[in-house]
Amino acid sequence: MAGAAAHDAHDDHKPTGWTRWVYSTNHKDIGTLYLIFAIIAGIIGGFLSVMMRWELAEPGIQIFHGLASIVYGYEGDAAIDGGKHMFNVFTTGHALIMIFFMVMPALIGGFANWMVPIMIGAPDMAFPRMNNISFWLLPPAFILLLISMFMPSAPGAYGVGGGWTIYPPLSTSGQPGPAMDFAILSLHIAGASSILGAINFITTIFNMRAPGMTLHKMPLFAWSVLITAFLLLLSLPVLAGAITMLLTDRNFGTAFFDPAGGGDPILFQHLFWFFGHPEVYILILPGFGIVSHIVSTFSRKPIFGYLGMAYAMVAIGAVGFVVWAHHMYTTGLSLDTQRYFVFATMVIAVPTGVKIFSWIATMWGGSISMRTPMLWAIGFIFLFTVGGVTGVQLANAGLDRALHDTYYVVAHFHYVLSLGAVFAIFAGWYYWFPKMFGYMYSPFIARTHFWVTFIGVNLIFFPQHFLGLAGMPRRYIDYPDAYAGWNLVSSYGSYISAVGVLIFLYGVFEAFSKKREAGANPWGEGATTLEWQLPSPPPYHQWEQLPKIK
Amino acid sequence: MKKFLAGLGAVSLVLAASGAIAGQPTPWQLSFQQPASDMMESIIWFERYTLWFIVPITLLVLALLAWCIVKYRASANPQPSRTSHNTLIEVIWTVGPVIILLFIAVPSFQLLTAQYNPPEEPTMTIKATGYQWNWEYEYQDEEPLTFSSFMLQEGEREAAGKQDMGEFPRLLAVDNEVVVPVNTTVRVLVTAADVLHAFAVPSFGIKVDAVPGRLNEIWFNATREGIFYGQCSELCGKDHAFMPIGVRVVSQEQYDTWRAGAQANLGDANRALMASIRDQDMNVADAGN
Repeated sequence: MAGAAAHDAHDDHKPTGWTRWVYSTNHKDIGTLYLIFAIIAGIIGGFLSVMMRWELAEPGIQIFHGLASIVYGYEGDAAIDGGKHMFNVFTTGHALIMIFFMVMPALIGGFANWMVPIMIGAPDMAFPRMNNISFWLLPPAFILLLISMFMPSAPGAYGVGGGWTIYPPLSTSGQPGPAMDFAILSLHIAGASSILGAINFITTIFNMRAPGMTLHKMPLFAWSVLITAFLLLLSLPVLAGAITMLLTDRNFGTAFFDPAGGGDPILFQHLFWFFGHPEVYILILPGFGIVSHIVSTFSRKPIFGYLGMAYAMVAIGAVGFVVWAHHMYTTGLSLDTQRYFVFATMVIAVPTGVKIFSWIATMWGGSISMRTPMLWAIGFIFLFTVGGVTGVQLANAGLDRALHDTYYVVAHFHYVLSLGAVFAIFAGWYYWFPKMFGYMYSPFIARTHFWVTFIGVNLIFFPQHFLGLAGMPRRYIDYPDAYAGWNLVSSYGSYISAVGVLIFLYGVFEAFSKKREAGANPWGEGATTLEWQLPSPPPYHQWEQLPKIK
Repeated sequence: MKKFLAGLGAVSLVLAASGAIAGQPTPWQLSFQQPASDMMESIIWFERYTLWFIVPITLLVLALLAWCIVKYRASANPQPSRTSHNTLIEVIWTVGPVIILLFIAVPSFQLLTAQYNPPEEPTMTIKATGYQWNWEYEYQDEEPLTFSSFMLQEGEREAAGKQDMGEFPRLLAVDNEVVVPVNTTVRVLVTAADVLHAFAVPSFGIKVDAVPGRLNEIWFNATREGIFYGQCSELCGKDHAFMPIGVRVVSQEQYDTWRAGAQANLGDANRALMASIRDQDMNVADAGN
């Protein structure tokens, strides 16, 4: 506390009013902006998904023709066709929003911005002004994506309905209108924002650690963000290149992906997934870091196998770059290529297993208090395991032949992302909320939020395994009547999860209105990382005297 | 909601009545569709086989978590241990998964290899071309036969003689099925004319993308007669959900008759084929009595 006391003696001046936020170069304020942004984007992305589940609750087209005529003003039979395309716009928008504007801003922009400098004993990020532009690029990117939903795309239709994978030719000749160009520009800007953020984190972590904090003493969350930043830095330029080629194919007569001009649509898929597969680790790795801290804190034990945990993440990140074509087993890859990607993909299961078992070993012999963040973290470990083992199945090209592009895949990646990454986000939120804002939330509301969400998301996604095995393809607005049963269960799960979101928002509101002082460390002696040595909320500038690490 | 439940009941009744119509999904189904090829049987076997690993692993993780939560709760274990390393256990949980993966990998590679090595050279070739939003089939014989296959519209059922919702389900039934002989290795060349599509028939265990400018090859050998459905499996625009694939597997004689007639008049050949299958079913039913 000596550092904080020294602080109070200084002039802790900070800008006030809107300049504090718009001109902000303070990592904590920018982190808060990112979190607010992620919550707003998450609500919009979640709304899209509930609409889709409402549509899919019963066979036949339920709501999208009505929705299309309200939003786009279709009349008569045109509303049916407009609605069909609109459903594809919703699947596309849901994915892009949740990935680029919810999970990434929450984990990397929000929690990492807030906590990494504090945890490594740095006063701020290495490039505070770049941090500002990293954030402020995101709202325009998001607005461009939202605008794209209302722009013409395929003849007679509005919005990008090509899936978040934007495979050509559906994203080129298939949708000639400007909607796709808006979406491409949106991804360019969001990608630039992330690259700048990644450079900032790498520089900060490499150069601004407190004296004595070697890389091998650095908290695992900082490790996870460091690895994530490298993945971003190496993969996003490939996406930028691919979508630039898409842009020139669309507007300037090139034929990178057009077979009529000597191009190849499959080339885009290789480029996309060279980015896209590391991207899924970008979404989950910071969550690994958060969960490690929470499990250790509430077991009152140091992390089991710290070095193994850190290098497991390094291994996952590295191998994550050489498995991309397991998303493309049905595109006509040669037998040998498929064999290689099966093998490489299976390798990832080993470091992932190390992480799961190390979390359990951290709990083993501990003194476990099941407070709210721990509840979310344990939920994460179990649900991520479920998603992980179905991933091992899907790695096998021979089996993937039957499951590719079915709801089995949808169930798998929502178990690792919607139930994995999102549970990690909420775990982090409930863990650091008292630190970031100084107030304690109501544990009762937070636990209710957990159980409602846990039941809801499992009801949504577990039955989707059955639908996938039975052969129901993804991205379908309507399905044969035999699939009705599990789809209805899945839709009810979605409504329950939506209630969970409302409980979450009420919990935030309640915490800020009741203003229960949290104190510097509400979690007790298990919380050992540096952020718990600062008051809650931390001073505007921390570590004016650098902490010394033994 | 009531209407929906009633519909569900009706569908299951129809399915129960018509016995083993298996080339399509069934209500509340938990696993794969009934296989109609050796390849799909291998895929199903392999999926069951992987379950023997992944279900115990998941249950083990669940049990360990539950054990920790109960046994090491703060009230029962107020003094935490400080153990943070154990080389032996770390080696075990690294090497253990490697061995499990080897057990999965060996049959996995065999399955994958088999998918690219048909036991016999295919004796007939059909080219399937994906369009927005229908399939076009070309029998690549000396005298090629080409026809389009669209999803059966509800209004066309009567005219097509496809009123039976069990055999011709909504969104799966097509106007012109691909007809192939049973126990014959069929090569399918798959491509697309506009955007990506994917040709898939779950009962045969086949799925391959239809890519403009590319010719992807797969094969299947149907072991049962009947009608088998699949659906487009790569997002292709607004009617992605409405371009099903219908494959009718018949005896060699029925195929030969159909193939000869189809050249002149596809509609008549299809009607004659349906009539011949109905007669055959009646005879089987009579024999059963």
